[in-house]
Amino acid sequence: MSLAQHLPALQVVLPLISAPLAVLLRRGGLAFAMVTAAAWAAFAIAIALWLQVDSSGSISYHIGNWEPPWGIEYRIDRLNSFMLVLVSGMAAVVLPYSRASIEREIPRESHYLFYAMMGLCMTGLLGITITGDAFNLFVFLEISSLSTYVLIALGRDRRALTASYQYLIMGSIGATFIVIAIGFLYLMTGTLNLADMATKLSTIKGTRPVLVALAFFTVGVSLKAAIFPLHQWLPNAYTYAPSAVTAFIGATATKVSLYALIRFYFTIFGDSLVFEQLPLPEIMLMLSLFALFVANFIAIFQSNLKRLFAYSSIGQIGYITLGLSFDSVHGLAASIMHLFNHGIAKGAIFLLTGGIVATLTTRQGIPTAPTFERLAGLSKQMPLTCFGIVIGGLSLIGVPGTAGFISKWYLILAAIEKDQWWLAGAIVISSLLALAYVWRFVEVAYFRSPPVGQNAHGEASISLLIPAWLLIAGTIWFGFDTSFTVGSALNAAQQLMSNSR
Amino acid sequence: MIGHFSYIVTVFLMVAGLYILIACSNLIKKLVGLSIFQTSVYLLYIVPGKLVGGTAPIISPQYTVYSNPLPHVLILTAIVVGVATLALGLALAVRIREAYGSIEEDEILARDHAVIATEAANEEPL
Repeated sequence: MSLAQHLPALQVVLPLISAPLAVLLRRGGLAFAMVTAAAWAAFAIAIALWLQVDSSGSISYHIGNWEPPWGIEYRIDRLNSFMLVLVSGMAAVVLPYSRASIEREIPRESHYLFYAMMGLCMTGLLGITITGDAFNLFVFLEISSLSTYVLIALGRDRRALTASYQYLIMGSIGATFIVIAIGFLYLMTGTLNLADMATKLSTIKGTRPVLVALAFFTVGVSLKAAIFPLHQWLPNAYTYAPSAVTAFIGATATKVSLYALIRFYFTIFGDSLVFEQLPLPEIMLMLSLFALFVANFIAIFQSNLKRLFAYSSIGQIGYITLGLSFDSVHGLAASIMHLFNHGIAKGAIFLLTGGIVATLTTRQGIPTAPTFERLAGLSKQMPLTCFGIVIGGLSLIGVPGTAGFISKWYLILAAIEKDQWWLAGAIVISSLLALAYVWRFVEVAYFRSPPVGQNAHGEASISLLIPAWLLIAGTIWFGFDTSFTVGSALNAAQQLMSNSR
Repeated sequence: MIGHFSYIVTVFLMVAGLYILIACSNLIKKLVGLSIFQTSVYLLYIVPGKLVGGTAPIISPQYTVYSNPLPHVLILTAIVVGVATLALGLALAVRIREAYGSIEEDEILARDHAVIATEAANEEPL
């Protein structure tokens, strides 16, 4: 067998190996080189897999040559090849950034541990995305969760510890709920292979254990994906984690959980069970609307920029679940697109905010929280950073010419398709709330004078700006050239809806 | 009723663990609750795998009924995950104790609020 046939395994194995190697190397620089190389290799593999799926259809890889359903199968179709590109791409951008960013935020002697944890987190997220086995999915979920707890606890502020602890409790409850759901499904079908499970479930659909499994799975994943109202862990975790960590998990972790939700709903339970026999679309619609309005409204009144964008993330997740609740190709495609478009825009914003945190230090050189008092008049000192945040913010609002517009456009299209004109109105009005919090940043950074006695700080260092601006450029690029995002998302949605029963 | 005995135990442990997790404000007690909650899931998997009179799945002419070994393998993995979670939770509790001097959730919250109040009162200079 040639190497190319083993790409699905290498996708997960390379980051996995890089983590213990980073620990063995001990030196921050070597560990950095190791994990970054793995991330770039993973990105290249993800693109190769996407091209392969695009040209010749789904790939099924049998781990250790054991035939499914007995062995573990890695199954790559249009949906997860797209997600793999997002996760590995974000890792490839965030890791080079983290070198300069963690210099100020994490003690030098634990840098190698930071890189090891990033490697593990990447492994877990890629594993959840690529695997075709239910229990394997749980194991990868725990790998990514445990490493994320450690990464959050590395933050400077002592509140990072309590945030991490809170996330550990909530995340473990969520993960345990997911194992309970998988347990019930295993009891009923006797298989763990997702494709096999789907065929066996079609005859016993609607039996009580299957419904219980559906309930446990929905609640468990909602906890992990911070779907309103199970989002309490998210604002603290995003606010106090080191900047590079916030950018990486903000762009990928919740998105991968949402991917798992889409996968289970459409491939395993089937949309006729989830969306026609149960009142789930109505519940999802209401919760999404609450997320859109409540979370975006709370975001407006935050005084810490990182916390503001954390609440905005909860609101943006609302758009994704709103798209799912339509149960149509366009709605699902809008959700999948928004996973990607929001991921890169929010990743860019958190990277730039990290640049502010690293540059805006106190006299003792200690990084400070990016509160609005300290941001006053910042555009004169850090024009590139501020301009980048504004463009990212425009994408969150959904202004034409940015990636966020494309996904909202499809979302409104899906709403009109269902004759829900009021929903289209609600989407536009909730965007105005996003406009309000982005405007708050613009007003403070551009129109206020800097506080008296503030030292001149200058622009964030170039190694922090380049990765962030790459993502900002991506946000604009995918606002004009939509062939990759819209094409992949529509194909994936069609594939899911046609296979779903 | 007696046939469902193991499920009743499982559900009791599950609910008890979840209750401790939510009701206790002590960080260590919360982790105890989490462990009980996770352990109940081990039972949920293991119990249906056992057939009364079944043996280990080693092919032999004397036996025709075998117990399913796969749940054991799965739960072995889940136990490792549970131990790792518990270890990390305890490590965090130690660090929280060092940073706050307390492992009671309400005291920690009170200390955070006190810090926020003083920060707001005398905004530290840049």
